[in-house]
Amino acid sequence: MTHELEAPGEQVVIARKSVWRRLLHNPLSAAAIVYLAIVVLVAVFQSWIAPFPPERVVPTLTNVSPFGSEYFLGGDRAGRDILSRIIAGTRGGVLSGIIMASVALSIGIVFGLIAGYFGKVFDNVANWVFSVLLAAPGIIILLALYTLVDVSMPVAMAVLGVIASPGVFYLVRTLTLNVRNELYVDAARVAGLSNVRIVGRHVLLAIKGPIIILAAFLCGGAISASAGLEFIGLGNPAEPSWGSILNDAFANLFIAPWQLIWPGLALGLTMAALVLLGNGLRDAIEGSFIKPSLRTWRAEVTGLAGAAAVVRTLGVRGASKAQAGSPETSHLLQIEWLQVGYPNGGKLNPVVDDVSLTVDKGEIVGLVGESGSGKTQTVFAAMGLLPDNAVVAAGSVRLDGAELLGLPDDEFAQVRGSRLAYIPQEPMSNLDPAFTVGSQLMEGIRAQSSTSRAEAKRLALAMLARVGIVDPARTFKSYPHEISGGMAQRVLIAGAVMGKPHLLFADEPTTALDVTVQAEVLDLLRDLQREYGMGLLLVTHNLGVVAAVCDRVVVMRLGQVVEQGTVREVFSHPRHEYTKMLLDSVLDHTEARSPLTEEGGPSDD
Amino acid sequence: MLVYTIRKLLTGAVVFVSVTALTFFLLFARGGYEIARSFLSDTATPEQINARAEQLGLLRPIPAQYWDWLVELVTGASLGRSYLTNAPVVDVLMNRSPVTISLLVVSLVLTIAMGIPLGVVAATRGGLVDRGLQIFSVTVQAIPNYGLGLILVLVFALGLHLLPATGFVPLSRGFGPWLATIILPSLAIALGSIAFVGAQIRGAMLDLMRQDFVRTLRSRGVSRRSTVFKHALRSAAPPTLTILSLQVIQIVGGSVIVERIYALPGLGSIALSAGNSGDLPVVLGVVAWIVVIIVAVNLIVDVLNGFLNPKARVR
Repeated sequence: MTHELEAPGEQVVIARKSVWRRLLHNPLSAAAIVYLAIVVLVAVFQSWIAPFPPERVVPTLTNVSPFGSEYFLGGDRAGRDILSRIIAGTRGGVLSGIIMASVALSIGIVFGLIAGYFGKVFDNVANWVFSVLLAAPGIIILLALYTLVDVSMPVAMAVLGVIASPGVFYLVRTLTLNVRNELYVDAARVAGLSNVRIVGRHVLLAIKGPIIILAAFLCGGAISASAGLEFIGLGNPAEPSWGSILNDAFANLFIAPWQLIWPGLALGLTMAALVLLGNGLRDAIEGSFIKPSLRTWRAEVTGLAGAAAVVRTLGVRGASKAQAGSPETSHLLQIEWLQVGYPNGGKLNPVVDDVSLTVDKGEIVGLVGESGSGKTQTVFAAMGLLPDNAVVAAGSVRLDGAELLGLPDDEFAQVRGSRLAYIPQEPMSNLDPAFTVGSQLMEGIRAQSSTSRAEAKRLALAMLARVGIVDPARTFKSYPHEISGGMAQRVLIAGAVMGKPHLLFADEPTTALDVTVQAEVLDLLRDLQREYGMGLLLVTHNLGVVAAVCDRVVVMRLGQVVEQGTVREVFSHPRHEYTKMLLDSVLDHTEARSPLTEEGGPSDD
Repeated sequence: MLVYTIRKLLTGAVVFVSVTALTFFLLFARGGYEIARSFLSDTATPEQINARAEQLGLLRPIPAQYWDWLVELVTGASLGRSYLTNAPVVDVLMNRSPVTISLLVVSLVLTIAMGIPLGVVAATRGGLVDRGLQIFSVTVQAIPNYGLGLILVLVFALGLHLLPATGFVPLSRGFGPWLATIILPSLAIALGSIAFVGAQIRGAMLDLMRQDFVRTLRSRGVSRRSTVFKHALRSAAPPTLTILSLQVIQIVGGSVIVERIYALPGLGSIALSAGNSGDLPVVLGVVAWIVVIIVAVNLIVDVLNGFLNPKARVR
C-alpha cells in the first residue's frame, strides 16, 4: 500500500552509537550537562558553598556594587549578599523542576499508556478529562490555591505538574497508539505476555525517546514557573529563591538595575541548559535536519557530482538549449545514462545507475523490477519531480529530441501535464484531502492553459465522464474521502490525461486496487492510450500486466537496467539471471507463464 | 455543521462547569469562618466573623453554594459582589478586561503575523533563516516571559526612552498611545509563541511538501509556489489553529506576570490582589471569565477547523 522505499536520502541513517555518546559529542549538550551537574551539586551542598548565611544583614553593604566588597556579586536592598542568596535559592529551583516534571510525567505516562493501549471507554473518558484540564487557566488556579492557608512551593509545583500533565498524556497516548499495532507487539501478545508486561517493557521502551525530550523541557518550564510565582510575590517570603531575588531586584529597578542581572543569569542559564539538553536529546534520538539554502545545496551537489550535475539537478535558464547535443532522435522519450543519487555521509548513494531506455510514440513499455530497483526514481527524474535532496548526477532525458534535464522548474512545469503526465500508485494519498476532486482537476487545467473557470469545469466534467465515472457532477463536488479507491484512481487518470499528453508515466496504477477493479482500470488506460496515441511507460511488478498490454519491457534491478527488449523476446529468451528468476516466480496460469517453468507443474502458493 | 457547532458548544459548557466547580471547591474548601476572617479586619470578634459568614451564606455545604453561584450566573447574569468593596464582580471584570484582552489580541496578532511567515520561509528557503529560527527558538525558550518583559523594559523604556515603562491607555484615547503602552508587554508574551508557532509551521510545511498529492499536482503543471501557498499552507492550517488555541491559554497565564512588571490594571493583577486579600468572588469571577474566553477561542478554532477540514465536519 505504501510508496516504494526508493529514496534512501529521506531516511535518517543513525549510526549505532549510544545516545549518551552522541549527546556528549555535541558541545552544546555537553556544556549543558556539565552546567546542570554543577547546579545540582550547588543545590545539595549549598550551605558549605555559600560565603555567608543568606539572611545575614550588613546595613553598610546595602546595594553595594559587585566586585568591590566582601559581597562578591553585590548587596541587595536589605544589605544581604546576593551571591549567597542565589546559592541558597538553587535548592528550591531544582526541587520545583524535579517535582513538577515527575508529577506531570507520572500522571501523563500512566494514563497515556492505558488510554493508548487499551482504548475504548477509558480512552474516551481520559481524553475528555485531560481536555478539560487543558482549558483550565493554570496560573489563576494556583492563585486560588494560594489563598488557602500555607501552600508550600512543593505543593504548588505538584499542582502545576497536574496542570501540565495533558501535554504528556497526549504525547504518550499518540505514541502508544502508533506502537500498539506494530507487529512485535502483536507477537508479544501471541506469545502470551501479560498486558502489563507488554506495556511496561515493549511499549514504554519504544516510546521513551520523545518522553525524555519532553522531560527536559518540562523541568525548564517548572523552574521558570516557580520563579515566576515567587516573582509575583507568591511563595514563602522567608526562604530565598531565584524568583524572590528577582522580585527584590525589580523593586530596586531605578536604584540599582544591575541587581536584575544575577538572578536573571542564574535562571536564564539554567533554562537555556535544559532547553539545549532537550534539543540535544532530540537531535541524538531523532536526528536533526536543517534545510540547506539553495547556495549550500548547490555547493554540495558540485562537490558530490560536479558542476554539470548542478545544472541537471536544479535547472538553469537557457541550459537546455546549450545542452541540446544530438536532436536527431526519433524516439518520443529517450533516457540515456541517467544517474540519480542521494547524498549520504559525504558520498553519493546511487539509486538510478546508468539507466537508458526509450519509449516511442504510441508504444507501451513495461518497466519492471522489485521494490527499490529505481523504477519510480527514474520516472520522477524524467518529470523533474525528484525530492529536494536528490541529485541528478549524469545523463539526459529527451522528449521529442529536446533535453528536459536542466530546465528551470517553471519551464519544466510547462512541459508537465501538457506533454508529460503521471498516474501515481496510491490513489488516496495523491489527492489533497482538503480540496474537492473538481477543484484539484481544475487547478491542473488552469495551470496548463489560460482557461476560464467555467471552461475548466466543463473540461473536468467531460473528462470524469470519459474515464467512466457514472455521476461526474457528484464526484466533481466530492472530497477525496467521499469516493472509493477505484474511483479515486479514475480521477487521477482523468487528471493525468486531461492535457492530452504525448507521454504518460503510470507508476503501478493498479497495485493498490481491488482485483476486480484492476482489469477495468488497465482497460481504461489502454483505451485512452490508443485514443490519444500516447506513449506509455508502465511501471509495474506484475508480469501478467506486462504480457497483457506492453509492446516492450525494461527490467531493472538495484538501479540498473539488466535487460530490455520486446515482450516476446524477453519472456521467451530471458538472458539475465534476474529476469529468469522473475519469470520463474510467476506462479499462476496467466499469459505470463514462461516456458521455463520447471517440471512438476505450477506451485500452488 | 450546525450539529457540529452545537456539540462543541455543549462541550464548552461542560468544561466551564467543571473548571469553575473545581476552582470553587479549592477556594471555599477551608470553611466560611476562615474565609470571613481573612477579609475582615483583625479587630473583628468571632461573633462578627460568624455573622458575616452566615450573612454571605458561607456556612452552607459547598455544593449548595456552588449551585447558587451557577444559578445566579445563568438567571441573573451576575457573579456576585466583592467582599471588600461590595461592587458587582461583573463590573470589576468589565473594568479590568480591556487591558488583558488588548494583551491577548496584540500578542495573538504578533504571533500570527510573525510566527507563520517565519515558519513558511524557514521551510521553503532553508539555510540561514532555518538556522536562525532554531537559534531564536532556543533563546526565547530559555528566557521566561517575565525575563523578556524585564529585558524589554530595560532596553526600550529605561534605556532608549522610546516607550513608556508602565501604565495603560485605553483604545478609546487613540490607537497610537494605546499601542505604545501595550506593545512591549505583548511582545514579552508573544516572543515565545512566535518561536513555537514558527517551528511548528516549519515542521508541518516540510512534512506537507513531501506529500504525494503535492507531487501529483505538480505533475499536472501546477507551479511549486502554488502548491506551497495553496495546498501546503491550507493543510498546515488546522494544526496551526490548534497550536494557536493552546497559545491563548499560555498568553492568558503569562499576562498575570507581565501585567505586574508593566503595572497594567488587568485581570491578572486584580486576581492577584483579590487572592491576597481573600476576596474570593472576584478571584472566582476572573477564573470564570478567563475560562469563557478560552472556551470561546477553542470553539472558534473548532468551527474554523470544521470548515478547513472536510472530514471533521462529518463526524
